Amino acid sequence: MRPVTHNTKVKVVDAPQGFAGEGFFTTKMSEAVGLARSNSIWPLPFATSCCGIEFMATMAAHYDLARFGAERLSFSPRQCDLIMVMGTISKKMAPVLRQVYLQMAEPRWVMAVGACASSGGVFDTYSVLQGIDQVIPVDVYVPGCPPRPEAIIDGFMRIQDLIRTESIRRRESDKYKELLNSYGIQ
Amino acid sequence: MLLQITNTPFNYFPIMIQIVIAVCFVAVMMGATHFLGPKRKTSDKLENFECGIEQEGNARQPLAVKYFLVAILFVLFDVEVIFFYPYAINFRTLGWNGFLAVMMFVAFFVIGFTYIIKKGALVWED
Repeated sequence: MRPVTHNTKVKVVDAPQGFAGEGFFTTKMSEAVGLARSNSIWPLPFATSCCGIEFMATMAAHYDLARFGAERLSFSPRQCDLIMVMGTISKKMAPVLRQVYLQMAEPRWVMAVGACASSGGVFDTYSVLQGIDQVIPVDVYVPGCPPRPEAIIDGFMRIQDLIRTESIRRRESDKYKELLNSYGIQ
Repeated sequence: MLLQITNTPFNYFPIMIQIVIAVCFVAVMMGATHFLGPKRKTSDKLENFECGIEQEGNARQPLAVKYFLVAILFVLFDVEVIFFYPYAINFRTLGWNGFLAVMMFVAFFVIGFTYIIKKGALVWED
């Protein structure tokens, strides 16, 4: 019989900075919220081409994005915090992408994976959107054509950093509203 | 004697308290998320989600009642046929009594069938 082995290398996220006493712990609201949000992201894979294949590898057992708390992919934007745009976005697809982004839950983040989503890539042509940041605000760009799963994970961790350090008032700030207005988003 | 004293319903009171607290915790948390969670209720966001494609028309269109009639009548006679299968297997053992029972059953259906034919429920063209 095979010996039963338990995973003893389980990692737990570090507690945020705060004041610890006997039987209690206090910290800032934004840090606690950031910690919770960054480790329970629900990604929406918007995969249109080969970067989507790399994403499949990223979600599979070997690279296992679920380690970062992103176990649950959702294909309804209503439930998602992070839209991962992977692949060439043609100009005809742009309004669809924009609409999916608009209907996501708040707060929401955007990750452009691969050269096509970031800049149009090799498709410097009339029919292809030259980067999704022309229609929606992007938080993290992942370079590569297509990027390896490691690169996608790296981009995902950068997103986690952004979420962890984001002020809970950021989405109400004038600067953020100005950014959305520049994209014509209400 | 000792068992009787220790086993009063009052001993389960802490469990009751725990259940009440558990239910209240869930209710408060679910209510609080609606007040505390960030929201942005714009007309774009509240539109129906149709995979990002512009929605067209209404999903609730009137449908000809003929489809429903034919469908429900089909189910009726389909069930009638289903009853024949167990009868066919027990055909010999049930004998004449079974035969008469099934004939009666079929006769009821034939009456119903002539009724819907007379009513014109199966006439597709108006």
